[in-house]
Parts: sequence; C-alpha cells; structure tokens
Amino acid sequence: MKKKKLAVWKFASCDGCQLSILDCEDELLTLAAQIEIAYFPEATKTVIEGPYDISLVEGSITTAHDAIRILEVRKNSKLLISIGACATSGGIQALRNYVKVSEYINAVYARPEYIDTLETSTAIADHVKVDYELRGCPINKYQLLEVLSSFLHGKKPSIPDHSVCLECKLNGNPCVAVSRNLPCLGPVTQAGCGALCPHYHRGCFGCYGPKENPNTEALALYLTQNVVDNHTMLRLFRNFNAASPSFSKESKNYEKQ
Amino acid sequence: MKNNEKTREIKLDYLARVEGEGSFYVKIKDHEVIESKLKIFEPPRFFEGFLQGRSYSEVPDITARICGICPVAYQMSSVHAMEKICGYKAVGFIDKLRRLLYCGEWIESHALHTFMLHVPDFLGYPDAIAMAKDHKDWVEKALYLKKAGNDIVNILGGREIHPINVKVGGFYRYPYPAEFKEVKERLQKAQEIAHSAAQWMATLEFPGFEFDYEFIALHNEGEYPMNHGHIVSNKGLSLEAETYEDHFSEEQQPYSTTLHTWLDGERTVFTGPLARFNINFEQLSETAKSLAREIGLYPVCKNPFKSLLVRMIEIFYACEEAVRIMDQYVFPGEIDDHVKPKAGVGRAATEAPRGILFHRYEINERGIIQNARIVAPTSHNQRIIEDDLRRLVIQFEDLNDELLTERCEQAVRNYDPCISCSTHFLKVNIERE
Ligand code: SF4
Ligand code: SF4
Repeated sequence: MKKKKLAVWKFASCDGCQLSILDCEDELLTLAAQIEIAYFPEATKTVIEGPYDISLVEGSITTAHDAIRILEVRKNSKLLISIGACATSGGIQALRNYVKVSEYINAVYARPEYIDTLETSTAIADHVKVDYELRGCPINKYQLLEVLSSFLHGKKPSIPDHSVCLECKLNGNPCVAVSRNLPCLGPVTQAGCGALCPHYHRGCFGCYGPKENPNTEALALYLTQNVVDNHTMLRLFRNFNAASPSFSKESKNYEKQ
Repeated sequence: MKNNEKTREIKLDYLARVEGEGSFYVKIKDHEVIESKLKIFEPPRFFEGFLQGRSYSEVPDITARICGICPVAYQMSSVHAMEKICGYKAVGFIDKLRRLLYCGEWIESHALHTFMLHVPDFLGYPDAIAMAKDHKDWVEKALYLKKAGNDIVNILGGREIHPINVKVGGFYRYPYPAEFKEVKERLQKAQEIAHSAAQWMATLEFPGFEFDYEFIALHNEGEYPMNHGHIVSNKGLSLEAETYEDHFSEEQQPYSTTLHTWLDGERTVFTGPLARFNINFEQLSETAKSLAREIGLYPVCKNPFKSLLVRMIEIFYACEEAVRIMDQYVFPGEIDDHVKPKAGVGRAATEAPRGILFHRYEINERGIIQNARIVAPTSHNQRIIEDDLRRLVIQFEDLNDELLTERCEQAVRNYDPCISCSTHFLKVNIERE
C-alpha cells in the first residue's frame, strides 16, 4: 500500500504544537515508517509536492499573505487538521482582537510603517473548511498520535469532549477550587491535559479552550463572588483561547466592571 | 539560482530545519558580496504589546508561548525579572530546582538541534529520519537523550512544552525526591551517550572557518551559567542586566525583516553555547572539561561550526549536573515562596539554550505590567549570522551553487536560530528574481 503523505504547516505560532511530533521520542521512527513526511520544514529539507493526504496546520492567521496561503494549503490537502489553540481559536496573539493593533505595533516597533499585519488573529476554520480540530496550548502528543493513526486507518479519533473538571474527578484530584480556594476554569475547559494544573496545585487557566456548551456564566459568577476580582476573571478568559466564542463572550461581561 | 561570469546570486528560499522560517539572499560580484539579506518571515505576535495590563504573576505562562522550543528560558528570565522588582530572592532549593529545569531544557533542545537538525547537514542527509536508515543506532540514542531532558521538564514542569509549574517565587508544587528515581537512571545512561556522541561528532569534517568574534555570555565564578551571572565578553565587556539597555540597542532595518542587536552602537556580538563555553570553560565540571580536551576543544574556539561539539559538551554537563542536583534534593519542610507585588522596574538575563535572553518589566503597586521588553538570543545573533554568511560565500566561492547553498544552511544552523523565539520578526515579501 502506498504510504499516505503528511504535510505540516506553520502560521503565527510558537512552533510548540509541531514540536510535539518530534517529542514523540518513542513513536517517531514507527510513525515515520507508516507515513511519508512530505513537507515539514522544521524537521526536514525534503519537499515533496502536494497534494497531501493529511495536512497538520499549526498557528493562526494574522497577515494578508497567510490568509491567501491557507487557501492554497486547503486546496492541496485531502484532510486538514488544525492543531493547537493558535490554529483552533487564534491563540494568545488573538488578544490583539480586543485593541487597535496599531497600539501593539507602536509598543514594540520603532518603525511601525514596516509592519504588515491584520487587525485580528483568527482560527484556521474562520478561513477554510477544517476536517478536525485538536485543541490545547500545546496539544497533547498522545492525542495527536491517536488522531493521526485514526485517520490513517479511516477511523474517527476517540478524543474525549468532557471537561478538565471531570478529568480531575477521574484522577481523584481534590478540587482546587474547593480545597484551596483557587480560581479554576476546569468546569468549562475541554479535557485533554489530564487535569495537569490541579494536580500541580493550581487552577486551570483554560489552555485547552472551552468544552462544548460550557456554562461560563455560572462559573464566572461563582468565582467573582467567592474567589477573584473582575479583572482577574477577565484575564482568565483572555488567555490562549481569548478569541474562542464562549470565552470571548463571557470575558466581555467583565471588561468594564 | 543563476550564474553568469561576474555576478552570482544564491538564494536559500527556505531554511529548512531552522525552527521557524527564513530566507537568505546574497549577490557576489568580483569576489565581493555586493548585497545580502537574511530574511525571516515570521508574523509578529506582539507579546510586548499585550503583556501591558497583565498581572506580574502571569508572565511565566504568557511568555513561554513565545517559543515552544525553549519555554523554560522565557519562564526563567521573566520570573527573575519580576522577583528583582519585588525584592524577592529565591532560597537555595528553589534556585537549584530552577537550574534542574534548565538542564532539562538544554538537554532536550540541544539533542533536537544536534542530532535532528545539524548532524544531518554534516553528513548530507535531508533529515534525521533519512539519517536513521544508515545510522539508526545514533538516531535512537539521540531520541533517548532528548527524552531524558524532556523527562526532567515533565516531572518538574508538568509537561515538556509550556510547563505549568513555574511561578513567580518558585513552583506551584514541589516534587518528592522519589519522583526523580527513574529519570536519574536515564540521565546516567544519557550522559554516556553524550560522551560517545561527542567523540563521534568530533570525527566529522569541520569547515576551516574562523573569526575573531566578540562572544557574550553570562558569567559567575561559582557555576556554569544558566540563571545567574553578569554579562561579559572576551573583549572586555562586563555589565549587569540592570545596565544592559545602556549598551545594547535594537535596530529595525528597512531591508531586513528582523531587529538587529548592536553593542554600543557598532559592535556585533555572538551568543549561545560556543560563547558560553569560551567564557565559562573553567566553570565546567572536571569530567566535562576533560571530555572537551579529549575531542580537541579548548577555549577560545573561534570556529562556529564547532558549536555542534560544544552542544554535546553542554548536554554531557547538564546530565551530570541534573543528577547532582537530584541527589542533593530533599523535600522542603517549610516553603515561603510568596511574592508580593511592588511598583518598579526589573531586568534579568538568563542563558537560554541559544544564548542570552533578556527581559525587562515595569509593574505598578498592584503588579500590573506597564511595559515589557524582551530581547531573544536570535536577535542578538542576527547580525553575526549575516556576517558569517557573507564571509563564507567568499571563502568558499569555488564551490558550486548547490554545495555553497548547503554550506550556508549549515552555517546558519551553527546558531540554531529559533526564529519563533524572536518576539519581533517582521513579515516580509520575498524578492524572487
Ligand atoms: S497553541 Fe500554544 S503551543 Fe501550540 S503553537 Fe500556539 S502558542 Fe504554541
Ligand atoms: S490550563 Fe487547564 S487545560 Fe491547560 S494544562 Fe492546565 S489544567 Fe489543563
């Protein structure tokens, strides 16, 4: 059987999600034997022309050039999987969506006129059809392996869609919101990390983004009445998934108060 | 690429296996470089912009996202800068654990760079996976090594990429010594691998290419630098992070895509493993020193291609150092790592795998960031990379375009430029002729 062709693309990002592939130390050589790595500039000089069977896309769209490039990637890919918070919700750089981007440019650059950037940082799915989204900042490498091997075998990946809160219960972590009075987004955040932060005695700050139908309102109300001030609440929703619709919407309630 | 009698142009449109994306353009005429441009196309993400208004306690988590390959470095520079503002000094065991975390990142990042990116250049493979066909043993060993580094970051930080356990003041959760048992064994084996890998890599062919660089690195008498030291050079520079900005400036150039760092307005500097080694050889352990001597490496080593070997020495050292720290670690009885915010300005520089990483913050009395500045190692090295490339194409002008292009790529890789880690690379259009 002919090996499937894999391409890995980078847009505005930190490279952490694609690095997860190389961090699969125990599985990398096996994976490389099952798949043809056709385009992955972070790892290889080899460039094999498309079309590609699977494209992994990391990063968000922040420039006019990238907005065009992603269309090309889509055209060249049978299956497009966006990986990580940047690609699935715009990433931390989507904080620009709440200000005038010129303010940021002026804060960083002496010659703003050379900077060519869009007003917003947006998810891949805002630009093209995405076949599967894997969440996290960064993604969980085991989930990535599961997704890749499922698609290679024509199966649907089995990635849980419950909350971090439930992962805590499954792991037997004592609840940090109750026992330590810490602000925690666990109830509204998508599982995947194994409830890492509570295990390390801190509250979840939502790096996997909102779970499906999160009750952000009730959680924010509880937290602001019992644990944190409004500004902290605002900042909690405005992290690596600041532009995801539910976190964005809830954060606005705490903007001015 | 095109060739005519007098003018020759070389383009590397895509520097594969540089973490990030870039291109280099050079034009040679009558044995001279008449034009060169090292371009990086990295969309700006404006970290320094959106850090304004965030809390001092959020910096390790936010700045980690500048670079997925060296998040620990960002966490370390940021917490040290904040702690300086707040008048807090981490106690011994916290300081040691931070050093341990850095050892993990150095091992992981260097193993990735040497075996998976740089050695394939030396041997003419497109990547480590292709290299595995002939050198499976080495690739497997490399992965073992890399994993040893990642394991440290995993245990102490919670995960390899963007660890969640670092806070201003210390750690959210302190490990039990028993948690280190397995990784300690792995590290002992990893150290042996690093030893034999250094010997093996020393047999590779190194281009005869030397220059009288100004190397800059942190330096302190007590230890090989990671989190502490003043900034010194082999040409007499010596300053504290507090006065860094009086001497180092960044320049935005219309023809270029990146901010270039200058020392005192005119000097070009070289930071990273080779600089650290040259300045801090005496601070290495005896075993690391003798390994270096064994493979013919002495300070001052002026051949940037030998950075490859220095990275192996640093891996070897970091494995040893990590075990030493774990051996001495006992679970802390009483912990006071709480840091109260205080209005002020703080600066810190630490040694990222790729060299000096500088952070400066100003916060108000509630700990809200007023402004921030971050200068990544790759910004420091931007000029020297371009200078090296210019010298290289002249020295190796007789090579055909293909070989010369490969040489250039290999030379860029000497600096391991992690392009994402520059917080302010600019977006450019690539000029194609
Ligand atoms: S989602 Fe997070 S880890 Fe992944 S590329 Fe973006 S910033 Fe990096
Ligand atoms: S922030 Fe939340 S989702 Fe991210 S690692 Fe921590 S617990 Fe998991």
